[in-house]
Amino acid sequence: MKLNELEIAKLTGFAAKATARDVETALDRRGSLETFAALISPAAAGPEYLEAMAQRAHALTTKHFGRVIRMFAPLYLSNECINVCRYCGFSRDNPILRVTLTVEQVEAEARYLHAEGFRHILLVAGEHPHFVSRAYLRDCVAALRPAWPSISLEVGPLETEEYRPIADAGAEGLVVYQETYDRAVYAAMHTSGPKKDFDWRLDTADRAYAAGFKRLGIGALLGLASWRGEAVALAAHATHLLRACWQSQLTISVPRLRPAAGEFEPLVHVADRELAQLVCALRLTFPEVGLVLSTRESAKLRDALVPLGVTMMSAGSHTEPGGYTGQGKDDLHVTKGGRRIESEGEFATVQFAIADNRSASEVARRLEGMGYEAVWKDWEGALSGA
Amino acid sequence: MTDRPQRLRIAGRDFNSRLIMGTGKFASGQIMADALDASGAELVTVALRRADLSGKGDKFANILTFIDASRYLLLPNTSGARTADEACRLARLGREATGSSWLKLEIHPDPRYLLPDSVETLRAAETLVKEGFTVLPYINADPVLAKRLQDAGCATVMPLGSPIGSARGIETRASIEIIIEQATVPVVVDAGLGAPSHAAEAMEMGADAVLVNTAIAVAADPVRMAAAFKAGVEAGRAAYEIGLASPRREASATSPLTGFFDEAQ
Repeated sequence: MKLNELEIAKLTGFAAKATARDVETALDRRGSLETFAALISPAAAGPEYLEAMAQRAHALTTKHFGRVIRMFAPLYLSNECINVCRYCGFSRDNPILRVTLTVEQVEAEARYLHAEGFRHILLVAGEHPHFVSRAYLRDCVAALRPAWPSISLEVGPLETEEYRPIADAGAEGLVVYQETYDRAVYAAMHTSGPKKDFDWRLDTADRAYAAGFKRLGIGALLGLASWRGEAVALAAHATHLLRACWQSQLTISVPRLRPAAGEFEPLVHVADRELAQLVCALRLTFPEVGLVLSTRESAKLRDALVPLGVTMMSAGSHTEPGGYTGQGKDDLHVTKGGRRIESEGEFATVQFAIADNRSASEVARRLEGMGYEAVWKDWEGALSGA
Repeated sequence: MTDRPQRLRIAGRDFNSRLIMGTGKFASGQIMADALDASGAELVTVALRRADLSGKGDKFANILTFIDASRYLLLPNTSGARTADEACRLARLGREATGSSWLKLEIHPDPRYLLPDSVETLRAAETLVKEGFTVLPYINADPVLAKRLQDAGCATVMPLGSPIGSARGIETRASIEIIIEQATVPVVVDAGLGAPSHAAEAMEMGADAVLVNTAIAVAADPVRMAAAFKAGVEAGRAAYEIGLASPRREASATSPLTGFFDEAQ
């Protein structure tokens, strides 16, 4: 796909200076990129409009998704990575404790999450063709498939033909965030490794769809560039995928940057209120798209965002390989200049610090108190794979 | 005209209620169970993807435990399937796990509007009927497709009023009228019924039953809304059985006997 960058720049400009009248028009006639831009404008951030947006977003979410939240858990396979990304804890040059779990260790971690109630699992790994090979990913999926109705991946982008065996093995979803849609910022953030290629990454969801993935997740990492610009580009990306990949279920995520190894400071601050406005605008523009909210956000904010449009949540997450049951401890090491240095340590290093430390059952109970059912199983293996 | 309400008969089985209930989108299993109770439904559909098909009594996928098997006939559905092959695979697993060979066949590859794929639906129906399933297919309001599915041995046809969850009512009226007129199996209007009046309208048109889910599940009070739909279905059906005056015939009458006077002036 090609993003129309001129159009996105124009709409981002419009988002900065839309008037109250534009916001009112957008509330009535929503669904286009232009109305989306008006809904994320400063003019729409005032209390009267934000509340109106929230009410409508809530009603639309309930109508399309019901009073349920789909639960999922990330399982980190590996924190090895060949990319240098300035904001990421796993960045190649960070002297962190690294490990790649064996398939058996992955199964042990998965058993823990299964006992917690999860039936939707997201396998996450740094990009490393050697440690996190295609065959390894396929083997992990095949090993988990009997017990897991839904398996998704968030790993380094692959070619369509490379994805196919993994989808055939039973992986249902593919998640890949563009991180930032701003080319200049993207270039400054990703200084080494295959991730440098903006367009290759942008096309990932299309390739995954062609390979047979049924659910596609996209997102922007907020904190790197103007959030309104990111939001407009993300909405344009979503619009493309809804048309081109029409048989896939699309999910969108707007994670905010969290503290991580490397001590990177966000370049842009996105306030809670702005995040809420963005969630509402996404819901009003894309009523049928899933919105994902991870444990990057605090318990209090997560509870507040749920009624505005969230449909999928993780809980009790660990962002390091082996984080749930201590798997892989015996193989922890530091990598320097591509060479492995043995190291002592208790746990592998996390990708980022989480902000909601509640357990899965605590989150489920809270949702119940808010009038939502936490749905653990909402897919079936027979619907995935070859 | 009859003295007593006629019972609904699907695949040789009689039902007193003409309201079929869906079980998605409820805030809890208990609220769903209470709404089922209030609806008077006897036939209840459940998405197999929500149910435990592992045979291990998974308490994290326990939706079926809220549906009293002695009271309701379970109608598993294949929601989530995008192809005939996926639907058939899911149907077989479902039959093994639930023991029910009744199946609401749903194949909607477009997750935005959940519109059914006619080609894949017909293909899956032909296979599943041969395998002994009692197939109730969810379809577009396409009269020819309805006939083809009937010929394939389906137990009903279930044309949509409007897209699932849209609450837009019966936007496909003209086509549903043809389907009803030509049907040799019960016609169930499924999807898009947002108000009891929509359900009543379907019944007045001569539909044999309706299927409702979202409008009840996401109502502020699902239990009372279930009762409201029950009343709507019963009112519409009674009116149909008694025979409504045809509004069309009256509305089309111009003034053939007196129009002359206006023209003459």
